[in-house]
Amino acid sequence: MNLKISALEYVEEVKNGNLSAEDFVSETIDRIKNVDEKLHAFLQVNSKAIEQASQIDKKIKSGDKVGSCFGMPISIKDNICIKHSKTTCASKMLEKFVAPYDATVISRLKEQDAVFVGKANMDEFAMGLTTEFSAYGPSRNPWNTDYVPGGSSGGSAVSVSAFECVASLGSDTGGSVRNPASFCSTVGYKPTYGLISRFGLISYANSIEQIGPVTRTVKDTAFLLNIISGLDSHDNTTIDNTGQDYLADIDSGIEGKKIGIIQEMAGEGTDPEVRSATNDAVSKLEGLGATCEDASIDMVKYSVAAYYTITATEAGSNLARYDNLRYGYDFPVEGFEFNSYISKARTKFGPEVIRRMILGGFVPSAGHAGKYFLKALKVKSKLTKEIHEAFKKYDYLVAPTVPVLPFKIGEKIDDPIALFLVDFNTVMSNLTGIPSISVPFTISKGLPIGIQLMANNNEDKSLLRSARALESTVKLPEVPI
Amino acid sequence: MTKIGLEIHCQLTKLESKLFCSCKANYRQYEPNTNVCPICMGLPGTLPRINQKAIEKATTIAMALNCSTPDHIAFFRKNYFYPDLPKNFQITQLNIYGETSIGGSGMIMVGDKKIRITRIQLEEDPGRLIYEGSSSKNQITLVDYNRAGTPLVEIVTEPDFENPKQVRDFLNILSDLLENLDVSDPGLEGAMRADANVSIEGGNKVEIKNIGSFHDLEKAVHFEITRQESLHSRAIPIAQETRHWDDKRKITISSRSKEEELDYRYFLEGDIPWVEISKDLQEKLKAEMPESISSKKERYISKYNIPEQVANVLSSDKFYSDLFDSSHTEKNAKEIANIITTDLMGLVDTTEKRNESKLEPTHLQDLADSIVSGKLTRTNAKNALYEIVKTGKNLSQIISELDLGNVSDENELIKIIDQVISEEPQAVEQAKSNPQTINFLVGKVMQKTKGKADPKLTLELLQKKIS
Repeated sequence: MNLKISALEYVEEVKNGNLSAEDFVSETIDRIKNVDEKLHAFLQVNSKAIEQASQIDKKIKSGDKVGSCFGMPISIKDNICIKHSKTTCASKMLEKFVAPYDATVISRLKEQDAVFVGKANMDEFAMGLTTEFSAYGPSRNPWNTDYVPGGSSGGSAVSVSAFECVASLGSDTGGSVRNPASFCSTVGYKPTYGLISRFGLISYANSIEQIGPVTRTVKDTAFLLNIISGLDSHDNTTIDNTGQDYLADIDSGIEGKKIGIIQEMAGEGTDPEVRSATNDAVSKLEGLGATCEDASIDMVKYSVAAYYTITATEAGSNLARYDNLRYGYDFPVEGFEFNSYISKARTKFGPEVIRRMILGGFVPSAGHAGKYFLKALKVKSKLTKEIHEAFKKYDYLVAPTVPVLPFKIGEKIDDPIALFLVDFNTVMSNLTGIPSISVPFTISKGLPIGIQLMANNNEDKSLLRSARALESTVKLPEVPI
Repeated sequence: MTKIGLEIHCQLTKLESKLFCSCKANYRQYEPNTNVCPICMGLPGTLPRINQKAIEKATTIAMALNCSTPDHIAFFRKNYFYPDLPKNFQITQLNIYGETSIGGSGMIMVGDKKIRITRIQLEEDPGRLIYEGSSSKNQITLVDYNRAGTPLVEIVTEPDFENPKQVRDFLNILSDLLENLDVSDPGLEGAMRADANVSIEGGNKVEIKNIGSFHDLEKAVHFEITRQESLHSRAIPIAQETRHWDDKRKITISSRSKEEELDYRYFLEGDIPWVEISKDLQEKLKAEMPESISSKKERYISKYNIPEQVANVLSSDKFYSDLFDSSHTEKNAKEIANIITTDLMGLVDTTEKRNESKLEPTHLQDLADSIVSGKLTRTNAKNALYEIVKTGKNLSQIISELDLGNVSDENELIKIIDQVISEEPQAVEQAKSNPQTINFLVGKVMQKTKGKADPKLTLELLQKKIS
C-alpha cells in the first residue's frame, strides 16, 4: 500500500472506495513500528487507532454521513490536549497528566472523523528548536538520522516526512512549526494570531503562539485550516473568518504580485547553501510573474532579543501552575511546607525550561523591567509598525525559513546563544502576529532547505496561494527512510 | 492627623457564574472542590473566558461611586505562588499603563465628608485555605477551590478617613449601595473583605490584611490606631509593615513575612483581549441602574410625607424598599412604612429569615387597610404579621384562626364598658375631673376583650358614659 500520498489524495481514495481507512491506518501503525525506534517521532501511539478507523469504514459502508477526514491518520504534538490521553509536553513534570477535555482543534478534527495515531515528540514545553530538549529523548531527522529534525514540533515534522501519518498539528511560538518543517522537508504553517483556537494548547508564550498544520502539501494545509480555524467561544483571542475557504482559488497564482526579500534575514550569518537556495526561490517567484525586490526591516536585528525576553516572561508565568499540587507526577507532600515542596517538585523540569523560567523571573522584575521586558515590548510594537509599512508596498515577504542547514544532534545543544540565532528568521511573524509558511524547496548535501513566505495579518488565504505557486515549481526527491 | 485608606473586596454574589468559567459564582452550598472545572482549576491548556455580565455589574458599581469609566479595559497577571491560587497568578487589573481598570477616580459622600475612590478593579477570587490540627506540629492545610474564580471588585479609596467612625459610616453606606444595585449580598459570609492602611501623625503607614468582615474592619482600625498611638507616646518608632488581623484575639499581628517585598511582575494577560465598554453600553447600564437610595428617600419624604428617620431606614435597605414600593398606595403608604420599620424589622433581620419569610406585598396592604379602618388593633396587627411571616396565610384566615378581630359591635362593647364602670367606681370618679385617667379604663376594657376592642370606639363610648 502506498502511504506516500497527500491528505487530499487520501480523502479521494477513501471516498471513491479504492482504499479503506482501516487498512491505511493499520499500515501506518506498522510503518511507525518499523521506523520510529530509529526516529522517535512519537511519545505515544494510539492503541485504538485501527479500531477507530474501522468504525469510520463501517459508517462509509452503511451510507452514514462521514466527516471530511474519512479516518485520516494524524499525529498531534504532545502539548495539545486529547481527552483521556496523556499530554506530557515532553516533560517529566506532566508525566502523569491525563487531559480531561479535548482541545478545540481536536474536537473539530474528531467531528470530521480524523484518527489520531499518536502524540508527537517535542522540546519540553515547546522550548527549543531541535527536539533535543524532550525529556524522553530526541527525535531524529529522517533525511539523515545523525541530524536534528528541528523543533520544537520535531515529532510532528518527522512523522509527516517519514510517512508515519498523513498530516500533523504542531505549535509555533517562534518558529516551532516552520523550523522543523524546513529541516524535514514538509510544509509548516503559522497562521495569523487568533486564526486557530488555542484552547487545549498548553501555553508557553500565549500572546504570540499558534497551533499550525504540518503537511506534505500546501493544499493539505489549506484543507486542515478549513476544519480547525475560526471563532471559538473557549478562546477570546480567536478571530471570525466565517465564509473563508482556504482551498478555493488556491491555484490562481501570483502574477503581478510584489514580493520583498528581507535583507536582514539573508545576510552574513546565512549559510551559503541557504542563500543560494533563496536566490533560486526568488527567480522561481519571478518566473511565476511576481516582482521581487530587496526590502529592509530594521527592527529585525532586535527581534530575537525581544522574542526571548517576552517568551521567558510569559513562560515564567504560564509554567508557574506546575507546582504538583493538583496534578503532575507522584511525589507525596508529607514533611514539606508549601515553598519547600514546590521548589523540590519543580526540579523535574528540564534544563532549558529552568533556564527560561529563571530568565522569566528576572527580565520583568521590579528594577529590571525597564531595561528588558518593557524594552522588548517596544521592539515588538516598532517591528509591528515596520511590518505594516512594508505590507503597504508588498503583497508578500520572502526569506529562508532557517538561516542554516540542519546540524548534528549534540552539535549546538550546549551553546544556547548559537541555538537562539537559529530562530532569527522566524520569530518576527510571532512578534507581529502575521501568517508565515515554510515551503520545502530543495535538498542540499542530502539535507532539506525550506523557503519562508509571509503576508499581512488575515491574508492567510492569499499567503497559501503564493506558497502553492512556489511549491508547484519544485520537484523533490523521496525521503531516504 | 490620622489617615486611613481602605481596599474593599466585594464578591459579585448575584452573578450566575464565575469570572472566567461557567462554574457557579455562589459557591457556598457546595461540598469542597465540587464547584470547579478545568478552567478555574487552572489545568494545562485552559484559557479564561470573560464573563460579560461581570463587566457590566462592575461598571454599574463604578458609576454608582461616581468613578470615571474607560472605553476599554485590560486585564493583567499578578504573579505569586500561593496554594489557594490554581495558576499561581491572579488575573486582575491595574492602572500602571494608563487607565485600564474598570473604574477610575470617583468619590462618595459620607455625611459631610468626601471620600475619594482611587480606582475599582475587577478580578478573580482565589480558593480558600482551611487549617486543621491543634498544634503547628500536626497542622495540615486543606484547599477548597470552590471559590477560585469568583468575580470580585476591589474598591480602593484614598486615605481620606480620619477615624474609625467614618470608616463604619462609609462601610454602611457602601454595603447598602451594593445591595441596592443588586450586585452583591453583603450579608453572605466572606462576600465582603477588606485591607486597611493606617498611619498617625508622624508615623509610618501600616497595612492590615485579612480582615474578614466589615464589623471587624472597624475594630481592626481602632486597635491599630490605639497601638500606634501607644508606641508614639513612648517615642517608639512605628515600623512600616504589613500586619494581619487575628480574627480570634481581635488584634493585629506583624506578619513577619517578606510579603511587602513581593514583586508581582505584572504584565498584560494575553488571553483576554482588551474589552470595549462602548458609550452605548454605558448609557444602557446607566439607564438600567436601580433608583439610588438618596432618591428613594427623597421620594418617600416628599410624596408620602413619611418622617425622615423612617424614610432613612426604608430606603437604605433594599429588602424593605422593594417591599414598600410593591405594596403601598397613596392612602396607606405611611401605615405600610410604619409596619415595615417597626413591626417587620425584628422578624426579618437576617438573610436566612428573609429567605424563609412568607410575607407578600398584598399581606402588607391588607394589614395597613385593617389598621386604618379599625378592624385590627396595632398590637394584633403585629401578632398577625408574625403569623404571616411564618405561614404565608392570608390575613382574614389568620384573624379568624387566632381570633384577632376587633370588638367593634357597639352593643357588645357597651355591655363590657358598663361592667368596667361598676367594677372601678373610684377610677370613674377620678376620670370626671382628670381626663388622663380615662386611659386606665380603656385599658381595663382591653383586658376584658383580650385587646380586641376598637380603641377609638371604646374611648368614645367611655367618654359618653362618664360625662
